[in-house]
Amino acid sequence: MPGIPSRHKSIFLLTGVVLLQVLLLALQIKRDSEGRLIRVWTVGAFSPFERAGNHGIGHMRETWRHYFALQNASRENEQLRRENDELKMQVNQLQSKAIEADRLALLLNFHKSHENVPMLGARVIATSAGTASATIMLDRGSKDHIKKNMGVITPEGVVGKIVEVYDNTSEVLLLTDKDSGVGAMLSNSRKQSPVGGAGEPLLVMKYVANDDTVNIGERVVTSGMDKIFPRDLPIGTITDIKPGNPFKSIRIRPSADLERLEEVIVLLTLTPLQMNQETEAAKPSASVASKPVAEAVKSETAKSPVSATAAKPAPASVSPAPVPASTNAAAAVKPE
Amino acid sequence: MNDAFDIRNMESHIEVHKFRGGAIVGATLLALMFQAFVPVYFAKAAMIDLPLLITIYFGLSRRNPSSGLLLGMIIGLLQDSLSGPTVPIGLYGISKTVIGYLASSIGARLDTEHPAARFALTIIFFGLHQGIVLLTRRILLAQSSVWFTMHLAAAAVVNAIVAVFLFALLDHLRKS
Repeated sequence: MPGIPSRHKSIFLLTGVVLLQVLLLALQIKRDSEGRLIRVWTVGAFSPFERAGNHGIGHMRETWRHYFALQNASRENEQLRRENDELKMQVNQLQSKAIEADRLALLLNFHKSHENVPMLGARVIATSAGTASATIMLDRGSKDHIKKNMGVITPEGVVGKIVEVYDNTSEVLLLTDKDSGVGAMLSNSRKQSPVGGAGEPLLVMKYVANDDTVNIGERVVTSGMDKIFPRDLPIGTITDIKPGNPFKSIRIRPSADLERLEEVIVLLTLTPLQMNQETEAAKPSASVASKPVAEAVKSETAKSPVSATAAKPAPASVSPAPVPASTNAAAAVKPE
Repeated sequence: MNDAFDIRNMESHIEVHKFRGGAIVGATLLALMFQAFVPVYFAKAAMIDLPLLITIYFGLSRRNPSSGLLLGMIIGLLQDSLSGPTVPIGLYGISKTVIGYLASSIGARLDTEHPAARFALTIIFFGLHQGIVLLTRRILLAQSSVWFTMHLAAAAVVNAIVAVFLFALLDHLRKS
């Protein structure tokens, strides 16, 4: 080996021979998961450079993309933001439509279970402007055969009565208004007593003697004595009882959510009615509120009253109130 | 062997031995045969690494690193070949190449004729040999092996004792 000092020759030879044998080993050895050792080494030797190259190129590409090629990014960003806003709005609309469909399905089912009762679906379009009264405005009026003192309900319970009628709209006095009242009775004891508003969310049952048994949680239903609402429509649930002089002070939470009314049913008759006994059965489960039903309801409420019979003010099929009006109940309701 | 002459010039007080014709080849083949066949009948004999002892002896005696490492390589590769398919060619080759080189290098600088020196050197070379084999197994072959066992320590001593007698026997193959 010319040019290499003789004392180093053996070291070079040793290195060469050992490396040759290592290479020989590498050619023979096959690692379980990685293939031949020579391949592992080759890949291991090259991969750092490849990684470094990849990283460098990637970095340059990212730099170019993020800092130099941004002429369209602002426009794209604006467009995406707009699309995002539109999509958010669509989602909100769809959600509210789904909720509305549920409610309408509830109304439709309620009507189906009381086909003998003429009724009309209506939308709430406004509420009272001040806190002195509790009223709502409906999108139906005299053109839809709505008259003063007609009852207004939801499938959950009594809402109030019509107090003003215009051509295309009508005004409803809610049960919570302090001038409102409805003939009522306790569902268990059948003790009759009018329920009225007190200008607050809870209702008041007025004439229950101290020695009468009343329980918290007991349901209060319509008695039919007011000649406006049929019997056994849910009014609310007793939440508070206090002894008084001479009557108990009984407070009732309304069954219908009077603070969030959107669609209601107007009972299109002034003749006393009798509803089916179990109105609760009319409430569909959430699964019943399928889309086709909801759409059918929507189109129906948009075009005409809930049923064709609704156009007739007082059909002959409606049965009269079975019990004569009690003086207390009749007095409690102020028909204007 | 110019290298040998160089070393001789540098270390004039250390004698470089020459052997009778065929002595190295014969001793190597005998050692390999012993290593391959005797343990079949005497399992404990596997403890003795005769090819290693031959590598050490001729490395120390010839005192030429180049020829020492080449001899070590040949002996190691032959041992690999005889060790069955589970031992890759080169495992003992690498270690014996290094041992051959080191033995030759040390032999060129120290007097290794004394039995005590031979005993000590054999223990050291045995340990080194095992270390290289183990490193090769771990790094190149990804095989797990323990660094030290009492068996290895005993083997080192046994090999050193055998080396003292074997080297004395092999001394008779030298040219006078």
